[in-house]
Amino acid sequence: MTHLDLLTFARGSALNWALIIFVIGIVLRLFEIFGLSRKADLATPRTHSPGSGWRTMLARSIPPPGMLKRDPVTYIGGYVFHLGLLFAIFFFAPHIEFFRSMTGLHWPNLPTALVDASVVAAMVALGMLLAHRLNNPVKRMLSGFGDYLAWTVTLLPLLTGYMAYHHLLFEYTLMLSLHLFSVELLLVVLPFSKLFHTFSVFISRWYNGDIFGRKGVAS
Amino acid sequence: MSATLAKGINSFKEVIDAPIASFFSSCVHCGLCAEACLFYTETGDAEYTPIHKLEPLRRVWQQEYTLLGKLGKMLGLSKPVTDAELAAWEPLVYDSCTLCGRCAMVCPVGNDMTYMIRKMREGMAASGHAPEDLVGATMRSITIGSPMGIKWPAVLAQIKHVQAETGITVPVDSPGAEYLVLMSSMEIINFPEYLSALSRIFKQAGVTWTLAQDAFEATNSGIQIGASDLAREIVSRIVVAAERLQVKCVISPECGHAFTALRWEGPNLMGRPFGFEVKHILEVLDELHAAGKIKTKGQDARPLTYHDPCQIARRGGVVEQPRRLLNAVAVDFREMPDAGVMNWCCGGGGGVSANSRAEPLRLEVFKHKKAQIEAVEVQTLITACANCRIVMEEGLEHYHMKVEVVGLTELVAQYLVEDKTT
Repeated sequence: MTHLDLLTFARGSALNWALIIFVIGIVLRLFEIFGLSRKADLATPRTHSPGSGWRTMLARSIPPPGMLKRDPVTYIGGYVFHLGLLFAIFFFAPHIEFFRSMTGLHWPNLPTALVDASVVAAMVALGMLLAHRLNNPVKRMLSGFGDYLAWTVTLLPLLTGYMAYHHLLFEYTLMLSLHLFSVELLLVVLPFSKLFHTFSVFISRWYNGDIFGRKGVAS
Repeated sequence: MSATLAKGINSFKEVIDAPIASFFSSCVHCGLCAEACLFYTETGDAEYTPIHKLEPLRRVWQQEYTLLGKLGKMLGLSKPVTDAELAAWEPLVYDSCTLCGRCAMVCPVGNDMTYMIRKMREGMAASGHAPEDLVGATMRSITIGSPMGIKWPAVLAQIKHVQAETGITVPVDSPGAEYLVLMSSMEIINFPEYLSALSRIFKQAGVTWTLAQDAFEATNSGIQIGASDLAREIVSRIVVAAERLQVKCVISPECGHAFTALRWEGPNLMGRPFGFEVKHILEVLDELHAAGKIKTKGQDARPLTYHDPCQIARRGGVVEQPRRLLNAVAVDFREMPDAGVMNWCCGGGGGVSANSRAEPLRLEVFKHKKAQIEAVEVQTLITACANCRIVMEEGLEHYHMKVEVVGLTELVAQYLVEDKTT
């Protein structure tokens, strides 16, 4: 199998299967949550604020007063990583081109140098967050195999993408294949790991905002 | 023993709903909840991380309600929750969680750990892993009518005392009154000034009110221990009395969890909405004050601060009312750091103060409240929960702090304009 064959496989059936597992996994996990439903709250809400869940969905992205100081590594590392990842996935010109080839949708890209820098920043942040996880007694106690697996499968697409773009280590076609395989690994792992928070965070934040909102508290 | 463990696990399965599934699905193990919990911040012990306190419940969720978990269980790869494990978790679930809800305000993915601990306690109680003192308090509530074993004659004695002191008749079982007034055991035993203050305020406001002989106790150990069937029985006494007397509104006293039990859990425990309103006394006082039905004269010159009881503010939405009342009666009202919905718990809520085993830990974590009070340099601390009040009085004494704790209702009554002729 030549490098080109490998790339064809990575862009073809491997990607298709990964996407199928990803979509089925997400639907299944969402069903696992919503299938449990919840009892209607019979207590009269203090305020009729149907928007409180939606507000918390956004507002919870901001650290509550005093919290940034208590754990700056988690907050700053978290912001840098998530923004870097967002820029890399959705605003890198070749990625937009890739999405266009698949869906027909496209949007403006960010300058490549900026995306490149954000990927480096995201990888540095991931490194810092791992060190923090290993050193902080609370995080270390909470962490298990799933946490380190999630960390690894998140780092790999960033690392292989960076290496492919800069023509490092392997020949470009091979590196690009490895990049695609790492993305496919991420797609397969995501629904069945804590990385599912990519989707469920909006649900849990909504419930939080709704529970507090009914009592008249903006959370 | 396996029968009770089975009951506990079944109870876990029953309480897991869509919000809980979303919370466990979203947790990224960031540990930020620990930074919001005074049991962690004051001890540095990672065991007190809020989400960790829920680990047995999380495993039941994973093994019963996720595909991967079910597969793991079928293949014998998952670790079942054991009786010994629940026993080990008992102090985490009861002694080191006051259900204060501060962690739920900071979790980046929006997990409401308090919502989950409250529900997890149902399984802990069903499996026989609730603290002995809470079991005793709940049993006394069921058999005697009050967690502290208080019976009507004790209330009657206080009524006589208040009537003699104020010259105002305290109405009992008066049908058609606007308000049904409840009290907490703590107020009956330790703070008789509450009833006295209310008598004067209501007389001045010209509103009708009553006590009920068969429903004077507002507290509800059932929701603290996590026994909804018992909580329902306790709450139903109030509901039955309120409906019999046809009151418009039931007033929850200066007690945090009593408000949660009646206002938020009550209709859900009873399985129907109430035909009357439920208000915390501070809401009623604020309304009467705003409507001009009660007026105050003069202001307290002492520098003072206000401790927001968790169940009244963060979990109850009564935040502005005490501030409006305080600003009316105090010249030098100072806000503690993190006041309002982000306030720190006194350390004794959620049944912790009724659990003697937790006392050393409760006094240790009181250091946070101590620091908050020291930051505003006051000798007068106002609050609106009799449980917070007694917990803080004990903490202040333990740390040799000369700070007086006063109930807000009592403070308002102190500056009440009273027309003695009416």
